[in-house]
Amino acid sequence: MFRYEVPEGAQLIRVWINGKEWQVPEGLTMVQAMWHTGHEVIHGIGCLGGVCGACAAVYRMPGDFHLYNALACQTLVKADMAFSLIASFPSQRANYNIETLPDPKEGLFELYPESATCRNCNACTEVCPQGIDVRDSVWRAVFGDFKTVTEETMSCVMCGLCVSRCIAEMAPHEIALYARRAYGARELPFPENLKVRLEAVHAGSYDADLDRLGGLDPNLLKKECETK
Amino acid sequence: MTASGGLSSNPYDHVPSLDPSDPPKIEGSERQNLLSRYYPDYRPEHKSTLRVGCNKGDVVPDEISQILESRSLLETKVDRMVPKEPDADVDLLIIGGGGAGMTAALFAQESGAKVLLATKLRVGDSNTVMAEGGIQVALGGDDSPVNHFKDAYRGGHFVGKPDLLSVLVKEGPDVIGWLVRKGVLFDRDSSGNLSLRKGGGTSRPRLISAKDYTGLEIVRVLKEDLLNSGVAIWEFAPAVELLQGPEGSCAGAVFRDVDSGKLKWVKAKSVLLATGGTGRLHIGSFATSNHFGATGDGLVMAYRLGAGLINMDSFQYHPTGVIYPSEMAGMLITEAVRGAGARLYNKSGKRFVPELETRDVVAAAIIRECEEGRGVRTPAGHFGVYLDLASIDRDMGEGTVSKRFPNIVKLMGKHQVDCTVQPILVYPTLHYQNGGVTTDTMGHTSVPHLYVAGEVSGGVHGKNRLMGNSLLEVFVYGRRVGMIASEEAQKRNPFSWHEVSVTHVERFENELEREFPGTHLSEAPLLFPDYRNHPDNALA
Repeated sequence: MFRYEVPEGAQLIRVWINGKEWQVPEGLTMVQAMWHTGHEVIHGIGCLGGVCGACAAVYRMPGDFHLYNALACQTLVKADMAFSLIASFPSQRANYNIETLPDPKEGLFELYPESATCRNCNACTEVCPQGIDVRDSVWRAVFGDFKTVTEETMSCVMCGLCVSRCIAEMAPHEIALYARRAYGARELPFPENLKVRLEAVHAGSYDADLDRLGGLDPNLLKKECETK
Repeated sequence: MTASGGLSSNPYDHVPSLDPSDPPKIEGSERQNLLSRYYPDYRPEHKSTLRVGCNKGDVVPDEISQILESRSLLETKVDRMVPKEPDADVDLLIIGGGGAGMTAALFAQESGAKVLLATKLRVGDSNTVMAEGGIQVALGGDDSPVNHFKDAYRGGHFVGKPDLLSVLVKEGPDVIGWLVRKGVLFDRDSSGNLSLRKGGGTSRPRLISAKDYTGLEIVRVLKEDLLNSGVAIWEFAPAVELLQGPEGSCAGAVFRDVDSGKLKWVKAKSVLLATGGTGRLHIGSFATSNHFGATGDGLVMAYRLGAGLINMDSFQYHPTGVIYPSEMAGMLITEAVRGAGARLYNKSGKRFVPELETRDVVAAAIIRECEEGRGVRTPAGHFGVYLDLASIDRDMGEGTVSKRFPNIVKLMGKHQVDCTVQPILVYPTLHYQNGGVTTDTMGHTSVPHLYVAGEVSGGVHGKNRLMGNSLLEVFVYGRRVGMIASEEAQKRNPFSWHEVSVTHVERFENELEREFPGTHLSEAPLLFPDYRNHPDNALA
């Protein structure tokens, strides 16, 4: 039977989970601490690998006014930490077809008019559990520098914590996704090596070979595929 | 304790000096010997012979027989009473919201079918989103779909189904084109071509990627399009049973809403299972790289309805899962790091296997090192070997690791391991179900109107999958089977709701009772793993 282990020699520490006090061994992630204390977590778990954004969480430490953020599947509990899962945060998502938008740069202001109202408070950047410079990416999008947006926001897991803090009430992660797609679909040329291969596939260039291989007796097929 | 937390036995504190000399080559029959002695699929322990259902007689891991030879979650007569009206009536019901399900839904919707997609977590929560290293597609000037076919067939130990493979390699470029036109940003080289990288077991560089966020990059885009598409979506709605229609066909499914606990019944002309894999069954007690929902639900439901399975003795244990720090157990370190030159070392700092052998061979070699006393002991008493990425920076220039593998650097960093300088302690992690529901190139199963796509299906990868072929499979077969299943739905003879039942469940349970009289059998599908209160569970 597989188990997630409590580290050897772990001390018990006090934590608050969704406002309630518990004792848990150190060395557990926030999600593991919730399992340890008997919580059934379904809303709030997705991949358990730090990429799906289901387990966004916020926490505070005693005597510290800062509000910290985390992905609960990747963040270890600390003594006296108080944390809550934010399993979902509502946000506005535009409906568009990236392939047929007349002008993707103008399109941003039609689909997300609020994107131009950033007041530079930087709360989005501070809350991002992936360490993305969210504020900068919003401004880059507004100024049409979609390429830089793609570089800055590659690791966005769409958790929506930035939405929860934005005083201009925008959804920076959705704006970034729009800019990423606009850059990929409309600014970058279609890759030449893919275009060439598609033409060859559609011309049937490989059909005869593949049909022949598919029709071979298993022993002959093995022989033909044996060496690299 | 974290990796740097001061435990006296922290294995990261005592890394030996690493000797970069070439590892011993593996010749001819040695490969097979290594696999038979050390690879879990070939070892006799923890296996059982199926006694019930259409794969009766097949030897499978205990964890697989436990879910296949199980009782229904519809426990009572009341649960099994078909309501007067279904909660939804559609052309195509898709069960599962990962790469295959999302792709199928988008193409089915476009063809004009009435589609419902139901998934047990959120749309996109899947193994697809976790894919790190890339997708295989033959784009190199000296490469072709034919080479791709040969590599995959050889990699699968010559038992993959050639017709399934042929479709995979030929339709690969089309689906990649579809993704690129949607704005998915794959890495480009200086001339704007899609960059091609090396993976294990292949004859040519053939992996396209989006750094080590390939799955995430794709899922962000597909999820947005799916949510905007008008396809009906039920989230947090796991399927618990398929429905039987006229002449043993499939006619829909029953779901149990996570929050209300209520059963919801769906009538469908075609049902596409895209439920993914089985990593969370922790076969052989291995840790897993899989997402929270990978519990093999589709296998269970399909098997009860009479669908045959193939290669259910074959699983992929990815060679390099994190074994320490323990809270990260099972998390994947992509094979692309070995493609870029990362090396494996045992506790004496010696290399022991060519790092770009197929995954099963590398995994078997790691298990051998650990079983023969050449592994590194973790504080909890497990063993692992070192995966050193620092050589990538030495070979390809300072900063390469951070640039190409930002996700791994970030995740390891959160656990106080700087993998640009420190080697990572790894051990094989349960990663992929090579087999699955038997299918043809149209996604058909042995049950009429029941289709499969993606990891739940079996046959294409034979007994060992090469890196980047499953990500390709979910899009190629998601598209293809989504279109075929909706087309065939619209041609299906009309049938009434009164002809729909779950009598196949009773029939299956009667067969179980005959084979296992008086035995307590567990319930399945499992839906979610439970790490809380199991008596064996140290967290409880």
